[in-house]
Amino acid sequence: MGNVANLWALARREVQSNFASPVAYVVLGLFALFFGFLFYIYLEDFISRGMGQGFGGAPEILNLNQDMLRWLLDSTAWFLLFVIPLLTMRSFAEEIRTGTIELLLTSPLTDFQIVLGKFLGAVFLFVSMLALTSLHVAILFFFGDPEWKTLLAGYLGLLLFGSALISLGLVFSSLSKNQIVAAVITLGAFLFLGFFQSAENWAGAAASYITYLSATQHLDEFTKGVIDSRDVIYYLTFIGLGLFLSTQSLESLRWRG
Amino acid sequence: MIEVSGITKEFGRFTAVNGLSFSAAKGEVLGFLGPNGAGKTTTMRILTGFIPATRGTAVVAGHDILSEPLQAKRKIGYLPESPPLYPEMTVFDYLEFVARIKGVPRERRKARVDESLERCSIGDVRDKLAGKLSKGYRQRVGIAQALVHEPEVLILDEPTAGLDPKQINETRALIRSLGGDHTVVLSTHILPEVVMTCDRVVIINKGSVVAQGTTQSLIDQFRQAEYLQVTVEGPQEEVLNTLRSQDGVIAADTVRGEGDVLTYRLSVEPGREVRRELAARLVRAEHGLLGLHQEGTTLEEVYLRVVSSEEPGEAP
Repeated sequence: MGNVANLWALARREVQSNFASPVAYVVLGLFALFFGFLFYIYLEDFISRGMGQGFGGAPEILNLNQDMLRWLLDSTAWFLLFVIPLLTMRSFAEEIRTGTIELLLTSPLTDFQIVLGKFLGAVFLFVSMLALTSLHVAILFFFGDPEWKTLLAGYLGLLLFGSALISLGLVFSSLSKNQIVAAVITLGAFLFLGFFQSAENWAGAAASYITYLSATQHLDEFTKGVIDSRDVIYYLTFIGLGLFLSTQSLESLRWRG
Repeated sequence: MIEVSGITKEFGRFTAVNGLSFSAAKGEVLGFLGPNGAGKTTTMRILTGFIPATRGTAVVAGHDILSEPLQAKRKIGYLPESPPLYPEMTVFDYLEFVARIKGVPRERRKARVDESLERCSIGDVRDKLAGKLSKGYRQRVGIAQALVHEPEVLILDEPTAGLDPKQINETRALIRSLGGDHTVVLSTHILPEVVMTCDRVVIINKGSVVAQGTTQSLIDQFRQAEYLQVTVEGPQEEVLNTLRSQDGVIAADTVRGEGDVLTYRLSVEPGREVRRELAARLVRAEHGLLGLHQEGTTLEEVYLRVVSSEEPGEAP
């Protein structure tokens, strides 16, 4: 019980601190802008293809989920590779820089609780980003009839994907006291993970293994509306590993002194 | 309440703390005195569980800090060298947050925060952002933060560093008032601070304890001589000879003055009362005795002696 109260306190402070700085607003604003832009592009394309103004010339039979929302969510995922580093860069780096980490590490909290609190705080902010997009989705439901189950699977995928990135971002944030450095390293690592998806073009025999590691690759089935346990397990393992490494890194901070 | 035995902390090849042992009884205010770089902060960080010791044990309020960290930390309030404030939080929200993570139950939280605010006289800034506070207030919020969960042990790292003289006095009075209810360990490199606020002193240098005890016992222990200041009118050489010929006087030197009126400083064997005989002797020699008074041995002398008697080691 006490543990839950601690976690809640840590996560809440994390969210409040994000909203007290410009970071949260910049991130939410950027995301809303970009998502709106993508939404417009894909919807425009969807409509023109449906009306026979597309590449083939003749009107196509299209599915709102498979021919528009799927690509929208996929592109959003790529955008997240750039946005999530901004969400996680401060989390530990700022506390290490200002010395408040000393307060946390001398409080009756385990290192894992501290990491989990930070993680939940960042995930909450990420969920509020996703919540912004419900506005666009509502428009589709108002004028069309997308399948909500397929859409929900896509959002679940995005949530897992984003949470996985956040857990990795925390690791890099705990390695530096400079949030800019943390953000740049995190972005670099994310791009690598995305880049892995194209392994078949350059990795030869090992391609299928490398593709398996790619964080974006596993989103594919979700955005199609398929919840495959392999993908779920991939992301959960990813998150578990990220949290574990963050905890280890936090502990090593004590040894480094 | 605090039992530290043989703690050593090595950072790579550098030994910051070397086999340190001391203890503090319940309700005592213990001063941790040493020059900068002596290992005070490292020791406090080990005591509070921020960093683990390489060797040795620290037991705080009945819990070993390494094997039962959570139980021990619940009973420790800690003010690090710089107060760990979140600049974007108000003082009240900050203290409430600290109360939560320190495990103060919900129903007592508000009362505890209010009491800490009052105790540290910071009620007037409770709704201000911590980042906008002056240094003095920041320090006091730091102390309030350490108090908020009613810890049995308070560990304060240089609580008066960077404050102005008025704030220093207020902070010292506050710390004094915390003794009794809490066991307080504070570090400082300022001597008068120890004399004014602490019951007991541990002097450390280069990571080791060089002396410990009550202020008075340290003075007694390290007293090698007492000092007299004598102001005499008369030719310098003759006066010096007269002074040196007195039994019990170890040495005599001129310290100041001009012409024939000079002040001399005598070291006298401890516990020897020579003032009466000395006065008679000076009068017999027909020198004009204008002043005679005893200088006490101060803690400052003890401190300088124990800290500088160490063989000069290479700087870390």
